[in-house]
Amino acid sequence: MSVQEKYAALIAQANTLGVQQLSVAEKDGVLHISGVANSTADYDALWASYNTIDPDMASGDLLMNIDIKADAGTSLKVTTDSSNLNIRKEPNTEAEIVGKAAHDEVITLVEKTNDSWWKVITKDGEEGYAFAQYLSPM
Amino acid sequence: MKKQVSFLMAIVATSMLLFSCKSKITDEALTTAVNEKVAAMSDVAGATVTVKEGVVTVTGECKDQTCSDKCKAALEAAKVEGVKSIDWKCTIAPPPPPPPTVDVPASVNTVLNETVVQTLKDGLKDIKGITVDYTAAKPAIVGSVTAATRMKIMQIFSMAKVVPDVTKLVTIK
Repeated sequence: MSVQEKYAALIAQANTLGVQQLSVAEKDGVLHISGVANSTADYDALWASYNTIDPDMASGDLLMNIDIKADAGTSLKVTTDSSNLNIRKEPNTEAEIVGKAAHDEVITLVEKTNDSWWKVITKDGEEGYAFAQYLSPM
Repeated sequence: MKKQVSFLMAIVATSMLLFSCKSKITDEALTTAVNEKVAAMSDVAGATVTVKEGVVTVTGECKDQTCSDKCKAALEAAKVEGVKSIDWKCTIAPPPPPPPTVDVPASVNTVLNETVVQTLKDGLKDIKGITVDYTAAKPAIVGSVTAATRMKIMQIFSMAKVVPDVTKLVTIK
Protein backbone atom coordinates (compact mmCIF):
# COMPACT_ATOMS: atom_id res chain seq x y z
CA MET A 1 0.00 0.00 0.00
CA SER A 2 1.42 3.37 -0.96
CA VAL A 3 1.55 6.11 1.66
CA GLN A 4 -0.98 8.03 -0.40
CA GLU A 5 -3.41 5.12 -0.05
CA LYS A 6 -2.62 4.80 3.63
CA TYR A 7 -3.58 8.43 4.25
CA ALA A 8 -6.41 8.57 1.68
CA ALA A 9 -8.99 9.27 4.40
CA LEU A 10 -6.90 12.17 5.72
CA ILE A 11 -6.53 13.67 2.25
CA ALA A 12 -10.27 13.31 1.67
CA GLN A 13 -10.91 15.02 5.00
CA ALA A 14 -8.59 17.90 4.08
CA ASN A 15 -10.58 18.34 0.87
CA THR A 16 -13.88 18.23 2.72
CA LEU A 17 -12.66 20.81 5.23
CA GLY A 18 -11.67 23.08 2.35
CA VAL A 19 -7.99 23.29 3.24
CA GLN A 20 -6.62 26.00 0.99
CA GLN A 21 -3.62 25.55 -1.31
CA LEU A 22 -3.82 21.86 -0.49
CA SER A 23 -0.87 20.03 -1.90
CA VAL A 24 -0.22 16.32 -1.67
CA ALA A 25 2.98 14.80 -2.93
CA GLU A 26 5.03 11.73 -2.24
CA LYS A 27 8.81 11.78 -2.04
CA ASP A 28 11.14 9.03 -0.91
CA GLY A 29 8.35 7.15 0.82
CA VAL A 30 7.21 10.19 2.77
CA LEU A 31 3.88 11.82 2.01
CA HIS A 32 3.87 15.60 2.12
CA ILE A 33 0.61 17.31 2.81
CA SER A 34 0.62 21.07 2.99
CA GLY A 35 -2.02 23.74 2.98
CA VAL A 36 -3.83 26.27 5.08
CA ALA A 37 -6.64 25.10 7.34
CA ASN A 38 -9.57 27.45 7.84
CA SER A 39 -9.60 27.08 11.61
CA THR A 40 -7.80 25.62 14.58
CA ALA A 41 -10.64 23.07 14.85
CA ASP A 42 -9.93 21.87 11.30
CA TYR A 43 -6.21 21.72 12.05
CA ASP A 44 -6.80 19.69 15.22
CA ALA A 45 -9.18 17.35 13.37
CA LEU A 46 -6.56 16.63 10.71
CA TRP A 47 -3.90 15.90 13.29
CA ALA A 48 -6.30 13.65 15.20
CA SER A 49 -6.91 11.71 11.97
CA TYR A 50 -3.18 11.37 11.40
CA ASN A 51 -2.83 9.94 14.92
CA THR A 52 -5.67 7.50 14.25
CA ILE A 53 -4.37 6.26 10.91
CA ASP A 54 -0.79 6.00 12.17
CA PRO A 55 -0.96 5.31 15.92
CA ASP A 56 1.44 7.58 17.82
CA MET A 57 2.53 8.98 14.43
CA ALA A 58 5.39 6.54 14.70
CA SER A 59 5.94 5.50 11.08
CA GLY A 60 7.69 8.65 9.94
CA ASP A 61 5.94 8.49 6.57
CA LEU A 62 3.91 11.69 6.76
CA LEU A 63 4.93 15.30 6.92
CA MET A 64 1.83 17.39 7.49
CA ASN A 65 2.81 21.00 7.14
CA ILE A 66 -0.54 22.66 7.72
CA ASP A 67 -0.84 26.31 8.58
CA ILE A 68 -3.96 27.89 10.09
CA LYS A 69 -5.59 30.81 8.35
CA ALA A 70 -5.19 33.93 10.49
CA ASP A 71 -5.05 37.57 9.51
CA ALA A 72 -3.65 40.44 11.54
CA GLY A 73 -5.97 41.17 14.44
CA THR A 74 -6.97 37.53 14.91
CA SER A 75 -7.27 36.42 18.53
CA LEU A 76 -4.79 33.75 19.50
CA LYS A 77 -5.09 31.37 22.39
CA VAL A 78 -1.88 30.43 24.16
CA THR A 79 -1.62 26.63 24.04
CA THR A 80 1.46 25.94 26.13
CA ASP A 81 1.31 22.84 28.30
CA SER A 82 0.86 24.90 31.47
CA SER A 83 3.74 27.35 31.50
CA ASN A 84 3.83 30.94 30.31
CA LEU A 85 4.65 31.73 26.72
CA ASN A 86 7.59 34.07 26.30
CA ILE A 87 7.19 37.09 24.07
CA ARG A 88 10.54 38.18 22.72
CA LYS A 89 12.09 41.24 21.14
CA GLU A 90 13.32 39.28 18.10
CA PRO A 91 12.06 36.05 16.50
CA ASN A 92 14.48 33.70 18.26
CA THR A 93 14.90 32.22 21.73
CA GLU A 94 18.15 34.11 22.31
CA ALA A 95 16.33 37.41 22.17
CA GLU A 96 15.33 39.39 25.24
CA ILE A 97 11.96 38.52 26.79
CA VAL A 98 9.68 41.55 26.59
CA GLY A 99 6.52 39.95 27.89
CA LYS A 100 4.76 36.79 28.93
CA ALA A 101 1.38 35.31 28.14
CA ALA A 102 -0.18 32.76 30.44
CA HIS A 103 -1.51 29.37 29.45
CA ASP A 104 -4.96 29.84 27.84
CA GLU A 105 -4.52 33.62 27.70
CA VAL A 106 -5.82 35.29 24.56
CA ILE A 107 -3.49 37.61 22.68
CA THR A 108 -3.67 39.27 19.27
CA LEU A 109 -1.84 38.49 16.03
CA VAL A 110 0.12 41.39 14.56
CA GLU A 111 1.73 39.49 11.69
CA LYS A 112 2.90 36.03 10.71
CA THR A 113 6.62 36.75 10.61
CA ASN A 114 7.56 33.26 9.38
CA ASP A 115 6.47 29.65 9.84
CA SER A 116 7.76 29.43 13.38
CA TRP A 117 7.49 32.96 14.80
CA TRP A 118 4.52 35.27 14.88
CA LYS A 119 4.47 38.87 16.03
CA VAL A 120 1.83 39.31 18.71
CA ILE A 121 0.52 41.85 21.18
CA THR A 122 -1.01 41.19 24.59
CA LYS A 123 -3.97 42.98 26.17
CA ASP A 124 -1.41 44.93 28.23
CA GLY A 125 0.28 46.14 25.07
CA GLU A 126 3.35 43.90 25.33
CA GLU A 127 4.41 43.43 21.72
CA GLY A 128 6.94 40.94 20.40
CA TYR A 129 7.50 37.54 18.91
CA ALA A 130 6.16 34.22 20.14
CA PHE A 131 6.59 30.68 18.86
CA ALA A 132 3.68 29.96 16.51
CA GLN A 133 3.17 26.35 17.52
CA TYR A 134 1.94 27.53 20.92
CA LEU A 135 -0.66 29.85 19.47
CA SER A 136 -4.04 28.75 18.17
CA PRO A 137 -6.05 31.19 16.06
CA MET A 138 -9.58 31.49 17.47
CA MET B 1 12.83 11.68 -103.38
CA LYS B 2 11.07 14.44 -101.49
CA LYS B 3 8.87 11.85 -99.87
CA GLN B 4 11.93 9.86 -98.83
CA VAL B 5 13.56 12.92 -97.27
CA SER B 6 10.49 13.80 -95.28
CA PHE B 7 10.18 10.16 -94.23
CA LEU B 8 13.76 10.18 -92.99
CA MET B 9 13.23 13.45 -91.23
CA ALA B 10 10.20 11.97 -89.60
CA ILE B 11 12.24 9.02 -88.38
CA VAL B 12 14.97 11.32 -87.08
CA ALA B 13 12.43 13.52 -85.35
CA THR B 14 10.66 10.56 -83.84
CA SER B 15 13.87 9.01 -82.62
CA MET B 16 14.94 12.34 -81.17
CA LEU B 17 11.62 12.62 -79.49
CA LEU B 18 11.91 9.10 -78.16
CA PHE B 19 15.46 9.72 -77.08
CA SER B 20 14.58 12.92 -75.32
CA CYS B 21 11.61 11.23 -73.70
CA LYS B 22 13.82 8.52 -72.37
CA SER B 23 16.41 10.93 -70.93
CA LYS B 24 13.89 13.41 -69.51
CA ILE B 25 12.24 11.88 -66.47
CA THR B 26 9.27 13.96 -65.46
CA ASP B 27 9.16 15.77 -62.12
CA GLU B 28 6.09 13.72 -61.23
CA ALA B 29 7.96 10.49 -61.76
CA LEU B 30 10.89 11.82 -59.74
CA THR B 31 8.58 12.83 -56.93
CA THR B 32 7.23 9.30 -56.81
CA ALA B 33 10.68 7.76 -56.90
CA VAL B 34 12.13 10.04 -54.23
CA ASN B 35 9.01 9.72 -52.11
CA GLU B 36 9.51 5.97 -52.01
CA LYS B 37 13.02 6.42 -50.70
CA VAL B 38 12.03 9.04 -48.15
CA ALA B 39 8.97 7.10 -47.04
CA ALA B 40 11.28 4.21 -46.21
CA MET B 41 13.13 6.51 -43.79
CA SER B 42 11.14 6.10 -40.64
CA ASP B 43 13.29 8.75 -38.97
CA VAL B 44 11.79 11.58 -41.03
CA ALA B 45 8.43 12.62 -39.69
CA GLY B 46 5.86 14.31 -41.90
CA ALA B 47 8.12 14.19 -44.94
CA THR B 48 7.08 15.96 -48.13
CA VAL B 49 8.91 15.75 -51.42
CA THR B 50 8.61 18.33 -54.16
CA VAL B 51 10.51 18.26 -57.41
CA LYS B 52 11.02 21.10 -59.83
CA GLU B 53 13.04 20.50 -62.93
CA GLY B 54 14.98 17.72 -61.30
CA VAL B 55 15.73 19.65 -58.13
CA VAL B 56 14.37 17.73 -55.18
CA THR B 57 13.25 19.52 -52.04
CA VAL B 58 12.59 17.41 -48.97
CA THR B 59 10.92 18.83 -45.90
CA GLY B 60 9.98 17.11 -42.68
CA GLU B 61 11.30 16.72 -39.19
CA CYS B 62 14.16 14.65 -37.86
CA LYS B 63 14.73 13.94 -34.21
CA ASP B 64 18.27 15.35 -34.26
CA GLN B 65 21.03 16.60 -36.54
CA THR B 66 22.76 13.23 -36.78
CA CYS B 67 19.54 11.64 -37.94
CA SER B 68 18.96 14.41 -40.46
CA ASP B 69 22.50 14.09 -41.89
CA LYS B 70 22.16 10.33 -42.12
CA CYS B 71 18.85 10.51 -43.96
CA LYS B 72 20.13 13.13 -46.37
CA ALA B 73 23.25 11.03 -47.09
CA ALA B 74 21.08 7.95 -47.63
CA LEU B 75 18.95 9.79 -50.17
CA GLU B 76 22.02 11.06 -52.01
CA ALA B 77 23.55 7.59 -51.98
CA ALA B 78 20.37 6.16 -53.52
CA LYS B 79 21.27 8.13 -56.69
CA VAL B 80 17.74 8.37 -57.96
CA GLU B 81 17.98 8.76 -61.70
CA GLY B 82 17.09 12.20 -62.95
CA VAL B 83 17.77 14.00 -59.69
CA LYS B 84 19.92 17.04 -60.34
CA SER B 85 20.34 18.09 -56.76
CA ILE B 86 18.78 17.61 -53.36
CA ASP B 87 17.68 20.51 -51.24
CA TRP B 88 17.41 18.94 -47.80
CA LYS B 89 15.19 21.14 -45.67
CA CYS B 90 14.29 18.82 -42.84
CA THR B 91 14.08 20.58 -39.52
CA ILE B 92 15.27 19.23 -36.21
CA ALA B 93 12.60 18.38 -33.69
CA PRO B 94 12.72 20.48 -30.52
CA PRO B 95 14.16 18.51 -27.61
CA PRO B 96 11.53 16.66 -25.59
CA PRO B 97 10.31 18.57 -22.56
CA PRO B 98 11.95 17.50 -19.31
CA PRO B 99 9.98 14.91 -17.37
CA PRO B 100 7.37 16.53 -15.16
CA THR B 101 8.75 17.22 -11.74
CA VAL B 102 6.68 16.29 -8.75
CA ASP B 103 5.57 19.39 -7.00
CA VAL B 104 6.81 19.00 -3.46
CA PRO B 105 6.24 22.30 -1.71
CA ALA B 106 6.68 20.83 1.73
CA SER B 107 10.03 19.26 1.07
CA VAL B 108 11.89 17.48 3.79
CA ASN B 109 14.86 19.27 5.31
CA THR B 110 17.35 16.49 4.73
CA VAL B 111 20.20 18.73 5.78
CA LEU B 112 19.80 19.90 9.32
CA ASN B 113 21.31 23.30 8.95
CA GLU B 114 21.68 25.70 11.83
CA THR B 115 18.43 27.51 11.09
CA VAL B 116 16.40 24.31 11.07
CA VAL B 117 18.01 23.01 14.26
CA GLN B 118 17.48 26.39 15.93
CA THR B 119 13.80 26.37 14.93
CA LEU B 120 13.40 22.90 16.43
CA LYS B 121 15.26 23.88 19.59
CA ASP B 122 13.13 27.02 19.94
CA GLY B 123 9.96 25.02 19.61
CA LEU B 124 11.00 22.16 21.87
CA LYS B 125 12.62 24.38 24.51
CA ASP B 126 9.84 24.09 27.05
CA ILE B 127 9.01 20.45 26.46
CA LYS B 128 10.29 18.49 29.43
CA GLY B 129 11.41 14.90 29.41
CA ILE B 130 12.92 14.58 25.96
CA THR B 131 16.33 14.86 24.39
CA VAL B 132 16.95 15.16 20.68
CA ASP B 133 20.00 13.90 18.85
CA TYR B 134 20.46 16.33 15.98
CA THR B 135 23.57 14.57 14.69
CA ALA B 136 21.61 11.56 13.41
CA ALA B 137 20.46 11.45 9.79
CA LYS B 138 16.94 11.66 11.18
CA PRO B 139 16.90 13.61 14.43
CA ALA B 140 16.15 11.03 17.08
CA ILE B 141 13.85 11.97 19.92
CA VAL B 142 14.36 10.06 23.16
CA GLY B 143 12.05 10.32 26.16
CA SER B 144 8.58 9.83 27.57
CA VAL B 145 5.74 12.27 26.97
CA THR B 146 1.97 12.46 27.08
CA ALA B 147 -0.05 11.89 23.91
CA ALA B 148 -0.83 15.62 23.73
CA THR B 149 2.83 16.58 24.03
CA ARG B 150 3.76 13.96 21.48
CA MET B 151 1.38 15.60 19.03
CA LYS B 152 2.86 19.01 19.78
CA ILE B 153 6.35 17.64 19.13
CA MET B 154 5.22 16.16 15.81
CA GLN B 155 3.61 19.45 14.84
CA ILE B 156 6.81 21.35 15.60
CA PHE B 157 8.84 18.93 13.47
CA SER B 158 6.31 19.08 10.64
CA MET B 159 6.40 22.86 10.71
CA ALA B 160 10.21 22.67 10.41
CA LYS B 161 9.72 20.12 7.59
CA VAL B 162 11.72 17.49 9.39
CA VAL B 163 10.71 13.85 9.78
CA PRO B 164 12.07 12.69 13.15
CA ASP B 165 12.97 9.25 14.37
CA VAL B 166 10.45 8.55 17.14
CA THR B 167 11.24 4.91 17.80
CA LYS B 168 12.56 5.87 21.25
CA LEU B 169 9.81 8.30 22.11
CA VAL B 170 7.46 6.66 24.54
CA THR B 171 3.89 7.79 25.10
CA ILE B 172 2.80 7.80 28.72
CA LYS B 173 -0.63 6.25 29.05
